[in-house]
Order: sequence, then structure tokens, then C-alpha cells
Amino acid sequence: MLTMMMSIAHRISGAALAVGFALLTWWLVAVSIGPAAYATVDHFFAGLVGRTLLFLFTWALMHHMIGGIRHLIWDTGTGLDKTSIEVLAWLTIISSIVLTVLIWIAGYALMGSY
Amino acid sequence: MATPLKRVRGLGAAHRGTETFWRQRVTAIANIPLVIFLVLSIVSHIGASYGEVKAYLAQPIVAVLMLALILSAAIHMRIGLKEIIEDYVHSEYCKVAALLLVTFFAGAVGLACTLAILKISLGS
Repeated sequence: MLTMMMSIAHRISGAALAVGFALLTWWLVAVSIGPAAYATVDHFFAGLVGRTLLFLFTWALMHHMIGGIRHLIWDTGTGLDKTSIEVLAWLTIISSIVLTVLIWIAGYALMGSY
Repeated sequence: MATPLKRVRGLGAAHRGTETFWRQRVTAIANIPLVIFLVLSIVSHIGASYGEVKAYLAQPIVAVLMLALILSAAIHMRIGLKEIIEDYVHSEYCKVAALLLVTFFAGAVGLACTLAILKISLGS
């Protein structure tokens, strides 16, 4: 059950990151256009909706990255027994949440440095 | 590597078919440091002004790493989305349409980001 959920979670986070890629594109294109375009993007990401989206994308990114490392470990032929799979599943869930929170703590801490 | 790759490498009439599998892994590995770089870049520029963000992205090393991320992520995304569509979309017309859409989307965001980064780093 858990491992099936993890497989789906890897796909959902991956598909979500496609939307994140579109937002990254919006941001980069805005920087290339000029201050006015950038202000619009900046305003969006600074708002509640923008921040919530960014937080969820941070989690999707961490979850997909750690889940991906898990897949790379499996590609070597190790960690495929039932216990390892369960342990790796929990490690993915916990470490992705911890990393996401840490990134946001760092973000808020560095906010005043400009 | 003890993947199915070992068994099919060099086999089959077309002598191919594992490229997508392999490319997905190559881009996955490349994405790890590149994504960490992206996250660090964004986190360290929260609250920065437009000029500061632009000056940061204009640096050659930053531009190269960003281009590498865009290229690797776009390829990885296209393969991943393609896999999802092939597994869940069964109507032939819908499948072909969705696959085309995914390819165009990957190409569009990839090229738009690339142009943006080139413009930022080469522009005034």
C-alpha cells in the first residue's frame, strides 16, 4: 500500500514539477524582459497564493529528487527487498518534508539580508 | 548495473530501445546537483532587487549551470510525462495528442528559458 502510494507520489510530484517549470520560465523570461515584468512576477510570488505554490513546489521537488535517488539505488540492484523498500519509502517522506522546511527556514532567515 | 539494460544492451533488430531508459537516468543524476544549485540560487536571493537578481543570473558560471538545468530538466520532464501518458491514456487519438502536447511544452519552456538566460547574460 505504502509503496504503491510512493510510486504514484513520484509521478504526481513529477507532473507537478512540469507546472513548476512553467513558473520558472515565467520568472526567467520576466528577468530578461525588464523591471516592470519582473515586478509582476515578484508580486505574485510574494503573495499568499504564490508562497503556497512555491512551498508545495519545494516539497514536490525534494520529494521527487529523493524519490529519484531511491530509484537510482534500485537501478544498481540493491535495496529491492521488502524491508529496504519500506525504509526507503519512509526516508523519502520524512527527509523531503525536513528538507522543505529547512529550505523555507533558510529563506525566511535570509530575507532580511538584502 | 543490474537493470534490464544489461539484458537488452545491443540486442533486438533495431539495436536500440534502452536509450530513453538511460537518458532518464543520466538527466536524473545531472538534475540532482543542478536542482540544489537552483534552490540555493533562489533562497539566497529572496528579497533581492531586480538589478541584483539580473546581475547574479548574468554571471557566466550561473548562466551555464542554469542552461544545463533547463536542458537536463526539459529532457527528463518530457520522458517522464510521456511515460505517464503512455500508462494512463489509452485512446489512440488522445494519446498522440497528449504526447505531442508534452513534446511541444518541453520544447517551449526549454527554449524560452534558454533565450531568457542568453538575453540576461549577453545583454547590456
